[in-house]
Amino acid sequence: MFKYFEPSRIFSITSKAPRYVMLLFIITLAIGLTEALILSPEDYKQSHSVRIMYVHVPAAWITLGIFSSMTFLSIIGYIFKIRNFFLISKSLAPSGLVFNIIALVTGSIWGKPTWGTWWAWDARITSMLILGLFYFMYLVAWRIFENKDSAFKITTIITILGIVNVPIIKFSVDWWNTLHQPASINILSKSSIHISMLFPLLIMTAAFALFSLLIFLMKYNTELIKIKNKGLDRL
Amino acid sequence: MYGRKVKLRFFFVLLILITLILSVYLILKSLEENVVYFQSPTEIKILPEIEKKKIRVGGMVKNNSLSMGAKEIKFIITDFKNEINVIYSGLVPNLFTEGKGVVAEGYLKDKNFFLATKILAKHDENYMPPEVKAALEEK
Repeated sequence: MFKYFEPSRIFSITSKAPRYVMLLFIITLAIGLTEALILSPEDYKQSHSVRIMYVHVPAAWITLGIFSSMTFLSIIGYIFKIRNFFLISKSLAPSGLVFNIIALVTGSIWGKPTWGTWWAWDARITSMLILGLFYFMYLVAWRIFENKDSAFKITTIITILGIVNVPIIKFSVDWWNTLHQPASINILSKSSIHISMLFPLLIMTAAFALFSLLIFLMKYNTELIKIKNKGLDRL
Repeated sequence: MYGRKVKLRFFFVLLILITLILSVYLILKSLEENVVYFQSPTEIKILPEIEKKKIRVGGMVKNNSLSMGAKEIKFIITDFKNEINVIYSGLVPNLFTEGKGVVAEGYLKDKNFFLATKILAKHDENYMPPEVKAALEEK
């Protein structure tokens, strides 16, 4: 019931897309940064260090979102043997890792003036570090296993192991006493972040999502070109 | 409608997931006291004995309890049920004030007395501009 994907037909779309995505990304980032760094107000308590949040929170969201999508794609790809899904998952991983590192580093920069420490072994921060290790393992696995089929299986296992950590990251601040504050934005109840700060946060999230899409398209095109050049691999 | 292999792979993935979730749940449950970053004054109260090792106590800095001396800072950490007295000398983070969250790292002298070696400010989930905060306080 699943047809093989035609690499050259996908490529004709994905090879043109990056330039438009790039343009959109630059526009969104410009608006987002102006909003976040200049137009948005300072916080009543943290004053200007609140601006780090506009990079920290979107990066954390995107890295969680990407890992969840990678797991979903890998599992579906494994169950139904769709090779294309593995390649999409593989191409998503680098931007996920980058945003994971960005979230950890910006969190650390924010933590020093606010909490008084660069690093704390609390549940939220540690579980985020573990997610970063899973991203790293995932990317290394693709390099180690030359055989495509074993790479597909191993990477799927890594995403399944890693996905258990994702709800732990999300709910760690509710389940245990952590130094990290609980979520400010709730879908079901009222958010405890003022609207003038929520707006730049959402634009920055859009900008980071576009950046991930851009990196994804570039990586994915490389994969397609490799397949084309070898002429052996079908998706 | 799906092949037998597809179904088998589906159950294989499902089994791995269920096993993993259960084992991670059990591990976290049994490690609970190491996963929490700090204990509340109430949890200190019900400790069977005073621990000699370094621990962290967290809660709110009680209003009107903070006194900054020349050498040391004294304050009370409360979780609105129980309280604990803290003595500390050293630098405090900017966000450390009365009525805000705090995590103190150090040693228990007895159940009401805590010698802190490090103070961390805990930030809450509220973000707003100063004008809004002022307007809120007027109400």
